[in-house]
Amino acid sequence: MRKRLLMAESAQAPLPAVNFLYFDEVGNGYLKGARCIDCGAVAPGDRLVCNACGARARMESVRLSERGTLYSYTIVHRSFPGVRTPFIAVIVDLDGGGALKGTLLGVKEDPREIRYGMPVKVVYRDTGQTSPEGRPFRSYYFVPSGMSPDE
Amino acid sequence: MSDIYVVGIDMIPFGRYPTRALASLGAEAALLALDDAGLGIRDMQALYCGNLMEAHLMVGQRILREIGQTGIGVVNTANACATGATAFREGLIAIKAGLYDLVLAVGVEQMGKGLLGGAKRTDGFVEEGVLGSGTMPAMFSQIGLEHAKKYGTTFTQFAKVAVKNHHHSTMNPKAMSRRETPLEEVMAAEMIAYPNTKLMCSINVDGAAAAVIASESAARRLGLMDRAVRVRASELTSGPYTPHEFAIPDFNLVTQNCARAAYESAGMSASDLDLVELHDCFATAELVHYENLGLCPDGEAGRLIDSGETALGGRIPVNSSGGLLSKGHPLGATGIANLYEVATQLRGAAGARQVSGAKIGLTHVCGGSPDRGSACVIHILEKA
Repeated sequence: MRKRLLMAESAQAPLPAVNFLYFDEVGNGYLKGARCIDCGAVAPGDRLVCNACGARARMESVRLSERGTLYSYTIVHRSFPGVRTPFIAVIVDLDGGGALKGTLLGVKEDPREIRYGMPVKVVYRDTGQTSPEGRPFRSYYFVPSGMSPDE
Repeated sequence: MSDIYVVGIDMIPFGRYPTRALASLGAEAALLALDDAGLGIRDMQALYCGNLMEAHLMVGQRILREIGQTGIGVVNTANACATGATAFREGLIAIKAGLYDLVLAVGVEQMGKGLLGGAKRTDGFVEEGVLGSGTMPAMFSQIGLEHAKKYGTTFTQFAKVAVKNHHHSTMNPKAMSRRETPLEEVMAAEMIAYPNTKLMCSINVDGAAAAVIASESAARRLGLMDRAVRVRASELTSGPYTPHEFAIPDFNLVTQNCARAAYESAGMSASDLDLVELHDCFATAELVHYENLGLCPDGEAGRLIDSGETALGGRIPVNSSGGLLSKGHPLGATGIANLYEVATQLRGAAGARQVSGAKIGLTHVCGGSPDRGSACVIHILEKA
C-alpha cells in the first residue's frame, strides 16, 4: 500500500532545481555537499577532487548547513524576458562552510531593508515551473532567519 | 631576451552593423592595422583571432578569406571578456618563442542588444529569479556592494565612474556613445541591478580591432621603430579558488594576481603608469579594479573617483577612450581595442583626449560567467 502510493506519487514527484538538492523519503529537501578532509573547503554536490587544495579522494559527503549570513546582494530590476522582477539576488555564506547564490524572499526589494551579514535560512519551495512531463521544479530559497517557514 | 613591439594597431568605430558579416568587420580592422604598419597580409606569418560568440566557427579563417588566404596558421581563441587580449598574447608568445617575427592579432564580435546570456537550461528550467541572478549586471552589482559593505562606497561614487567615462568618450570619434551624462541623469536612469543603472552598464555593440605584433629584429629591419610601442608585460590568469567559487566568479583576486605578475615582469609599480584602460564593463567594476590594479590602497577607490585623479587631466587617467561604458563592449574586440587606446596615447596621437607626456600605460580585461570562472589579461605598454 505504502509502496504503491510512492509509485503513484513519483509521476508527480518534484524535480530538484539544482543537482545538489535532494528530497528524503517524506519529501523534505536537503542540500548535499562535499567537505575536504585536508583543507576544510566545502563545495555543493559530490566531488572527487578538492578545488581549493587539489587533494584527491579526500572529499567527504556532508549536508550543507541551512543557516548562513548574507555576504552580498543586488536588487535585480531588469532581467531576461519573462522573469518577474524585482527580486533580491544574494550570495550567502553558509554556517560551517560553503557559499551559495540564491534568491532572498520575505524582504522588501529596497536597499534600506537589507543588511550585510543578516542571518538567513534555507527554505524549499515550488518554483512555479514544471518539466515537460508536468513535474514541478522545487528549489532552495533564502529567507530571514526569524521568519516562520509558512510565511 | 629582445622585446616585442606593436608596429600597427587600429579599430573600427564601435557601433551596430547589423547588415555586415562578422568576418568583414574583422577584415576591416585587420586591414587598418596592416595599413598602420605599412605592411600586407603576405608579411604576416600567423593570425591570432579572438571571438567569443562564434568561437567554434573558424572566424580567423573567415577573415583570411576576406583579406588573403595565404595559408598561414590560424589560432582562434575564446576566453570570456579576455578573448581579444588572449589572442594578442598568444601571438606575442609565439614571437617570444622564436617561431615568428610578424603576426596579426584580430579581435571581433557581433552582439545582440540587451542582456547577455539566456535564461533557459536544457531541461527547460529557468534559474533566473530562483537561484538569484546570472545576469552580468547583477554579478557586477554584487561585487560593487561587496566593496560597499567593506568600505562604505556609495551609489553616488559608483555613478561618478559613468559621468567620467561618458565625458571622455565625447573626445573619441570611435566610441559608440559620445555624449555627456551628468551625475543626476546617471543616477536617475533606469535601475538595472542596484546600484548599476542603465548608464552604468557597458553597451552591447559590434566592433573589431587588430594589431600587428613584431619581434625587435623585424621592427628594426622594416624601419618601424619610430611608431612602435614596446610590450613590457603580458600576463594571463584564471580565477583562483575562493570560498565563493560556486556562488560568484572571482574578479578581484584574478586581477590582483595578474597585476602583481605584470608589474613584476615589467619591473614597475602602479606609480610608474601614465594611463590605464581597465575593464569597466559596469561602473562598479571600475572602482574595484582601481584597488585590484594598485592605483590606490584598498578601501580608497571611492575617494579616488571623488578626487578626479582618474579623469583626463588627473594624476592617473583611467579609460580615456570612454571605456566599455561608452565606447561599447564587443566582447572579443575589447581586449585589442584597449591596446589601441593606450598605443595611440603613447604615440601622442589621441587628439583632444591626449594624456600629455604619456610614456607607460596599462591595459586590463577581466571577465567570466556564473558557475564557470574568470579570466584576466594585463598588458603594460611603453613608448619605444
